[in-house]
Amino acid sequence: MIVFSRLILVFLLFVGCSNTALNNPYPPEENSLNVLYSSFSERPKHLDPARSYASNEATFTAQIYEPPFQYHYLKRPYELIPLTAKKMPSPVYLDASGMVIEEDGPVSDVAWSLYEIQITPGIQYQPHPAFAKTAAGLSRYHKLDAIDLDDIRRLSDFKETGSRELIAEDYVYQIKRLAHPKIHSPIFGLMSQYIVGLGALGKTLKKSASEDKGFLDLREFPLEGVEVIDRYTYRIKVKGKYPQFLYWLAMPFFAPLPHEADRFYAQPGLIEKNITLDWYPVGTGPYMLTVNNPNRQMVLEKNPNFHPEVYPTEGMPGDAEAGLLDDAGATLPFIEKIIFSLEKEGIPIWNKFLQGFYDGSGISSDSFDQAVQVSAGGDAALTDEMKAQGIRLLTSTATTTFYMAFNMLDSVVGGDSVSARLIRQAIGIAIDQEESIAIFRNGRGIAMQGPLPPGIFGYLEGEAGINPYVYDWVDGKAKRKSIAVARKLLAEAGYPNGRDKKTGKPLIIHFDTTGTGPAVKANFDWMRKQFEKLQIQLVVRNTDYNRFQDKMLKGSAQMFQWGWNADYPDPENFLFLLYGPNAKAGKNGENAANYANPRFDALFEEMKNMGNSPRRQKIINEMVEIFRHDVPWVSGFHPKQFALYHAWQGNVKPNLMANNTLKYKKVDSLLRSKKRAEWNKPRWWPLAVIVALFVAGTVPAVMSYRKKERGI
Amino acid sequence: MISYIIRRSLYAIPILIGVNLLTFLLFFVVNTPDDMARLQLGMKRVTPEAIEKWKADHGYDKPIAFNAQAEGFGKLTQTVFFEKSLRLFVFDFGFADDGRNIGSDIRERMWPSLAIAIPSLIVGLFVNITVAMIIAFFRATYIDTWAVIIAVAMMSISSLFYIIGGQFLFSKMFRLVPISGYDTGLDAVKFLILPVIVGLVGGIGSGTRWYRSIFLEEIGKDYVRTARAKGLSELSVLFSHVLRNALVPILTGVVVVIPLLFMGSLITESFFSIPGLGSYTIDAINSQDFSIVRAMVFLGSVLYILGLILTDISYTWVDPRVRL
Repeated sequence: MIVFSRLILVFLLFVGCSNTALNNPYPPEENSLNVLYSSFSERPKHLDPARSYASNEATFTAQIYEPPFQYHYLKRPYELIPLTAKKMPSPVYLDASGMVIEEDGPVSDVAWSLYEIQITPGIQYQPHPAFAKTAAGLSRYHKLDAIDLDDIRRLSDFKETGSRELIAEDYVYQIKRLAHPKIHSPIFGLMSQYIVGLGALGKTLKKSASEDKGFLDLREFPLEGVEVIDRYTYRIKVKGKYPQFLYWLAMPFFAPLPHEADRFYAQPGLIEKNITLDWYPVGTGPYMLTVNNPNRQMVLEKNPNFHPEVYPTEGMPGDAEAGLLDDAGATLPFIEKIIFSLEKEGIPIWNKFLQGFYDGSGISSDSFDQAVQVSAGGDAALTDEMKAQGIRLLTSTATTTFYMAFNMLDSVVGGDSVSARLIRQAIGIAIDQEESIAIFRNGRGIAMQGPLPPGIFGYLEGEAGINPYVYDWVDGKAKRKSIAVARKLLAEAGYPNGRDKKTGKPLIIHFDTTGTGPAVKANFDWMRKQFEKLQIQLVVRNTDYNRFQDKMLKGSAQMFQWGWNADYPDPENFLFLLYGPNAKAGKNGENAANYANPRFDALFEEMKNMGNSPRRQKIINEMVEIFRHDVPWVSGFHPKQFALYHAWQGNVKPNLMANNTLKYKKVDSLLRSKKRAEWNKPRWWPLAVIVALFVAGTVPAVMSYRKKERGI
Repeated sequence: MISYIIRRSLYAIPILIGVNLLTFLLFFVVNTPDDMARLQLGMKRVTPEAIEKWKADHGYDKPIAFNAQAEGFGKLTQTVFFEKSLRLFVFDFGFADDGRNIGSDIRERMWPSLAIAIPSLIVGLFVNITVAMIIAFFRATYIDTWAVIIAVAMMSISSLFYIIGGQFLFSKMFRLVPISGYDTGLDAVKFLILPVIVGLVGGIGSGTRWYRSIFLEEIGKDYVRTARAKGLSELSVLFSHVLRNALVPILTGVVVVIPLLFMGSLITESFFSIPGLGSYTIDAINSQDFSIVRAMVFLGSVLYILGLILTDISYTWVDPRVRL
């Protein structure tokens, strides 16, 4: 006991003299460094730019890989600007005979579009062993044998690295990789429809890969529609007119990949050791992945070879006042290192954020009341506790639409009959989406008025933007029509009081969805309540996502909910979800409602190839009106994102399209260090209480033992 | 003993085949290769051709368990089950569906699991036995009554409560240890203190109840009465005689779990962000990665069988009457 007490005393003296927070999860020497701390909850599956498509992967790939274009950080609406390209290309349109035609000529005449992209000379890749050379100028690590690999466990174990200049061929090489049969690029199918020769290349590569199990040097395989013009210029030939192609060129799918890296990672010994391109990316971006242990931590460090790039000098009104232009013209990036730590649960993330160990955080439903108070007018503001810590709240409406839809192939609620349409309209009124957002999302969302979310061209604000089949414009805001209107529509459809007036049978709707947990049950109960307003019986069929997908592919669901997150800021990316030839059932497209309206389809075909203009807006308005009238999607919402940032983080502006935004951010590490020390002073008294309780519990036991031993 | 070990090892083969078959059936009852392909390829813009290509590349394009097209033994061998199972028996776990080497991942992730499991086991064993011994010493007194009530109450509380409560008290309120995270080497200690304490406190209720009942059973035996009659102190009786004779049931419970320490703890690792094998298994289930699930279940079964054999062997060490 005495020894134990002494040990505790020594321990207390030791930690009592310590100047650092005991609950600091990072090494104390990092306190004053220019580091940003963040977290991730799921291991990124793919970091290969040809495979990666998920947003949690883009957090990393977008900092490392540089496609030719990027989104302007501050300007809205979202604007594409050059990244590694010298300038934005002007597509050249050709007719079937190869003659150049005017940009505003008939779309049907356009057989091909040519995009010629010039990249900036002098851009260097990050240091990487794939580029290391021997004294004789040969690749140092391209023919590794078992002995060479003995001491290699991770990429950083390679002693030598090298670099080289970015050239146009690297971009062409990466486009060819989209067709590689072993890579399974998610956009290969889509891009085969547009990039001339990509589909044919896929077939050639498949044949070659099956004959030869080794490395395929894609430089030896020509791609008809993509060619290198000179060292810094390449040209892409696209079928027809596809203005959205430029947006794709701003994604990592079209970032450069040096053939040296492809060859290096193709070595079997490295694959055995999990050293692959999917794990250790190589790019020209502001950061490079120096630690990739997604079971614990991923670290991005400043790329020493990063090319000159400066902070934007223009923004939107209010940006200068918000300090977002204070660093105009300053060299990027500002932060030296970004440490992402694995956090699987929300509670530790939230508490670490409050302790200052994460620089920013989202807000889960559990912590919402602690962080945010919503006024009677619906405005969100930080609580006093958050304000006292100097925390800032930034909100933005996501370019996302979550919707409840009908399967338009269904014999009861689908199709274009008047009866089915009136049923859909009635249900659209009955489902009180505003109430759902208030109950289940803490008010973080706005009810859907049409398929387009705010921030996308074609979305209209105010009275002009409301869905007149569901809302009235009253006192300057949208007011949902009364349930009496819905009941009247249902009666007109032949279902007064929710019963078929011919057979007397109740109207039963089957709602297919996925979800688990106690909150889901509350949601389903709420849904049933909405349908009960019309005396319609709702049967919820909750299945796992696999079964749900099967039902959707077969077109056997009646009503379901799903969502879409924008790939790029163009109305085409949302309206194609309602385009007939894009149906899910039978055609495996993304039109999950299997909606088909010939007029809508014709307008879509016209609209998709247009630049943003009043004419395009007019077409979109007509499409949205058809959508509202036909009601393939009955209800939905666009989520609002709430994010919290500590006072020491600067240059933060939500940008829902760009993922490469870490280079703009900055951190005041001295302020952070001071606040951490202030907020995390250890409290020792509870330990004293525990020791006292232990002693208090031990003494009677000892006394009792002695008494017993003495036989009293 | 060697022949016993060989015999038990041979018994293990049909058991492992059965476990593997069961895992296989259960997994493919709820998942199809198409589901797996869709999950790996992403949720957007996945074409049927891409799904077929993925399946072919990952060996899921063959019939699941019986190939009617093949001839002879090929009906059984040219199937997903056979091709995916055979290599397991030489501990070649192959590659996960995302292309990573499973064996390499297991070797890397077993250390964090062991870093929590070993101290938790040793400290837990020491504390549980000590407390149970004290309770046994004060048997049939108010101390015993209250100890049993508290132990039952502690057993009734979910382990999740201990984890969240521990994080709230020690990390948030008292600010003495990090709330979650992990590091290598000695730097890992500060991250392990809380999970070990939580594991200890969470297990103390059931542990002490179990050991208390073992000790009470021993205390009633004749040799204990003889020891007391010789004039030995109660402490000496308990620690020198009762504890030694109670080792067989204690070993039954302890040795069998030692190999399973490799497998990690699912909830603890998740809440404390410990990159061990427990969270590896959970992640694999969530991402429908059959290769990892099958490998982990197989490894768990092997370790469990190993634990049982070790338990039998350990009996011979603590009880000379036992012969294998």
